[in-house]
Amino acid sequence: MRITIDHRTRYRFTKPQARIVQMLRLTPCDTQDQTVVSWMVGVDCDARLRDATDGLGNAVTMLYAEGPIEEIDIAVTGEVLTVDSSGVVHGSIEPLPPMIYLRTTERTTLGDDLRAFAADSMALAGDPLDRLHAFNAALHIRFPHVPDAADTGLTAAEAFARGRATSRDAAQMFIAAARSFEVPARYVSGYRIDGNAQSAPHAWAEAHVERLGWVGFDPATGLSPDDGYVRVAVGLDALGAASIAGTRIGAGDEELDVALRVSQE
Amino acid sequence: MLMLSRTAAALYWLGRYVERADFIARLVEATVRLDALSARPAGEAAWQSALAVTDTDDAFAATGQSYTQSNVARFLTLDPSHPGSIVRCLEMARNNARAVRTALTRDAWTAINRAWWLFQNRASTGGATATLNLVEQVKGETRGFEGSIHRMMRNEATWLIQLGAAIERADNTARLVDVKYHLLLPEDEAVGGVVDRDQWTTILQTVSAVTAYRWLYSDGLQPANVIDLLISRFELPRSLAACVEEAVQLLSQLARRTGLQGEADRMARARMARMQKTRTSEVIVSGLHEYLEAFIHENSMLNAAVARQFRFI
Amino acid sequence: MATRGAFDEIWGHGGPEDPRPEFAALSQWVADTPATELQRRQQSAEAAFRQLGITFAVYGDSDAAERIIPFDIVPRVFLQQEWTRLCEGLVQRVEAINAFLEDIYGERRILKEGLIPPELIYRNEQFRPEVAGIRPPHGVWAHICGIDLVRVGPDEFYVLEDNARTPSGVSYMLENREAMLRLCPELFRDFRVAPVDSYPDMLLETMRSVAPGNNRHPVCVVLTPGHFNSAYYEHSFLADSMGIELVEAADLVVDDDFVWVQTIAGRVKVDVIYRRIDDDYLDPLTFRADSLLGVPGLIGAYRAGNVALINAPGNGIADDKAIYSYMPEIVKFYSGGEAKLPNVETFRCREPQALSYVLDNLGELVVKLVDGSGGYGMLVGPTATKAQIADFRAALTAEPHRYIAQPTLALSTVPTMSDSGLAPRHVDFRPFVLTGSDGVRVVPGGLTRVALREGSLVVNSSQGGGTKDSFVLLEDGPAGQSQSQRQSQ
Repeated sequence: MRITIDHRTRYRFTKPQARIVQMLRLTPCDTQDQTVVSWMVGVDCDARLRDATDGLGNAVTMLYAEGPIEEIDIAVTGEVLTVDSSGVVHGSIEPLPPMIYLRTTERTTLGDDLRAFAADSMALAGDPLDRLHAFNAALHIRFPHVPDAADTGLTAAEAFARGRATSRDAAQMFIAAARSFEVPARYVSGYRIDGNAQSAPHAWAEAHVERLGWVGFDPATGLSPDDGYVRVAVGLDALGAASIAGTRIGAGDEELDVALRVSQE
Repeated sequence: MLMLSRTAAALYWLGRYVERADFIARLVEATVRLDALSARPAGEAAWQSALAVTDTDDAFAATGQSYTQSNVARFLTLDPSHPGSIVRCLEMARNNARAVRTALTRDAWTAINRAWWLFQNRASTGGATATLNLVEQVKGETRGFEGSIHRMMRNEATWLIQLGAAIERADNTARLVDVKYHLLLPEDEAVGGVVDRDQWTTILQTVSAVTAYRWLYSDGLQPANVIDLLISRFELPRSLAACVEEAVQLLSQLARRTGLQGEADRMARARMARMQKTRTSEVIVSGLHEYLEAFIHENSMLNAAVARQFRFI
Repeated sequence: MATRGAFDEIWGHGGPEDPRPEFAALSQWVADTPATELQRRQQSAEAAFRQLGITFAVYGDSDAAERIIPFDIVPRVFLQQEWTRLCEGLVQRVEAINAFLEDIYGERRILKEGLIPPELIYRNEQFRPEVAGIRPPHGVWAHICGIDLVRVGPDEFYVLEDNARTPSGVSYMLENREAMLRLCPELFRDFRVAPVDSYPDMLLETMRSVAPGNNRHPVCVVLTPGHFNSAYYEHSFLADSMGIELVEAADLVVDDDFVWVQTIAGRVKVDVIYRRIDDDYLDPLTFRADSLLGVPGLIGAYRAGNVALINAPGNGIADDKAIYSYMPEIVKFYSGGEAKLPNVETFRCREPQALSYVLDNLGELVVKLVDGSGGYGMLVGPTATKAQIADFRAALTAEPHRYIAQPTLALSTVPTMSDSGLAPRHVDFRPFVLTGSDGVRVVPGGLTRVALREGSLVVNSSQGGGTKDSFVLLEDGPAGQSQSQRQSQ
């Protein structure tokens, strides 16, 4: 599938900022399942962009801009060719072994209720892969509608207790539970075709399964990702894979505006 | 390597806050005297004008207190709740000094620290005598601080403290003249009455210029002469002309050190060139208030230019 | 735990009347100087420390005013040959620590060889994936190491802990020496003591040697969290004595993958940062996002190879207590020889056999939290109450992987002023080892910490420990500074 992405993020500040430093994880990498045909990260003000790779293998871009800045517009446009691999990731860059994704973070705090829910949903399944699918499907039934929205800042346990979740929260619930069963699991941020305009990138999970390697699970659908997905960044949790991590020097508030269109050619 | 901008900012504001504390102390001292000379209830007006000079009249009104000596004196000296009191100025000075402790001599630090201690565990100023005592002690410590700055190495630390003090002093003198002139010269009243004379003496006292006035002007106490002294006479350290000149000198010493000149240098030099051509008589004719207002505005522009040039933020 | 039977570094096993022959003169000095005089000098030193503001704030002790660490006037003394042997061990150990860090964040040969269980690295919070794959300028990771040693006999030293993050205490080494020079000048006439005052110069040389590229005049700074930090005195002291700027995060900006310091004449590029801020707070974009002490983008500049951070972020994996027990294997793996400085025997409670041994012998062991520090979360079996032992038994059973245990050692003692005159008190020792691109340097001295309470083994300043000056005697020539060439890996 040929997928085009147009992702605009605009920060508007109530007072001019003296400077801005941001770390962007907005660039996908090639794997055997996705080929980046073209990709552009552009900024509408005088800024310096520097590319690097972080410790987990994500492409990161450091953005440095000098003030006074009243607004900054980050435009990502690109085109990616994908193939359906039944959710199995082939040929991704993995600088660290899966075991690193067994660590828990503050955001992937599990909590007793979610632990019990996960154990219940897996009870009838057989092998590890089936168990993960069963849990993914159960999460989807429990949270049928998980919008792609700005980070809630909640832990997995908190989001589960609240009963409403974004795709980020659902992905964190999945990885928190998988890790508790000693399955390495990680957070993925990226794009998914669903025809509608969205206000944030999509989030799902990947778990490491013997003999298969990394396998994607999307609680938003209860299924594994297909060729309608573009993987951009992985992390231990939503924070670690954040599309934009930034700091600014200056007073006032910020207003965030995201316009995202993911479409099939 | 040259001085860190954060250090420079702290030194500059240290200079400003010590100068401000010193000025408020003198103002309170002179107002106590004016109050004593005035017939009741004229004392109230004396204290009201002291508040106007420090631009804290609204803040005081908001406290709902009456304009008595003890209320206003306490407000200007001891009140920790508003930023224009001596105690707050000294606290800010001390915080800045502490942040750059190694750039200061022991004497300079001790003077600030002692001045700050004068106010700890003190709730009221007491009567007129106690108030005078307190401000006398403040003046003593700030004088000690100034002296220790003069004994410091002639380097950018010293110049930045002095630059802060010069810009603060210019602001203070301009406000003092502006407020008193307005208060004292209602348009339809003849100049030279008795109260008037005390008022003018108050001004001279606030800027320690009683003796200087006698030396420079032989024809008695004339409002026009007082204004001339405070605006145009370079000989008087607290005159606008002297502050303007000092700012230029300090900036060019700093420029020699950094090898850079910037908008603050240009602004300060342009201001001095205009000042040198200024005739007090013309200023009075064309509107002293407007002149002073413009001066105060320009001074704050210079303050902002200094902050940009030395990258305080 | 009784002091009886412990080796006294001056009196040997014989007591005041029969000191070790090499220390007869020193023992005589101690005996000849009246106790009141020693006390007077000690008080004078402490008064000077208070005036200088050499204080520390005790963690978890919120209402406590800042305190000074008690100072003991009787020095701890190393003979030249003792020191030389010790240095060889230190250099070997620190070279191994650097090689280990280089490997663990790079190729990870040691894991492929199966010497360390991989989960001890990958599931350890001290292993920082954020800096995996980054090679610091000149391949130096642990520029400043404080190796905590204990001694049980004339030539028997054990490493208790490796500090490869931001070891503190070097200002005490220098200030204690200043105090001794002022208060006991006669000692320096009678004994040839190797000077320690070259430490700031050595540190600056070390910093300069690791500047990125071949910059001959690199800009070096000390980065402090600010004046409310308990070690602020040390930060400003070190910056002052090296003649470099002490900066706070707000003074630094990262632009275009370089670090700059804001001065009154504009930005100046910074090449080397001796940071006294923990990894977690170093860069809010990479580590804790809520850090106000950090420099946004700093890790980006570091990743690009444009700034040296001293010590490198991620070093915690080398001095982690869970890794400690593997240090003999680590030293052997990278140096090719047996470790010259042994570890204290360590039981890894994560291993079932070790755990059952530890549970059976709690009364004789010291049990430590793997991620604890400063003497907190620690059980000293021989002096513990029944209730304390019961608490630890429960904690160990619940989370064995969080604990290690070690036998209690008969730590050496040094004569120390006490309420009842001179008495032996247990000591430990932290020498400071510097590693630059040009080799490893050990300053001839260090920080001796002393447990002031009789029989106590806890020397931490937060729990009633004090400090002493540490003399290294020069026998001939102004040696005392050992240097070895760093092996290229």
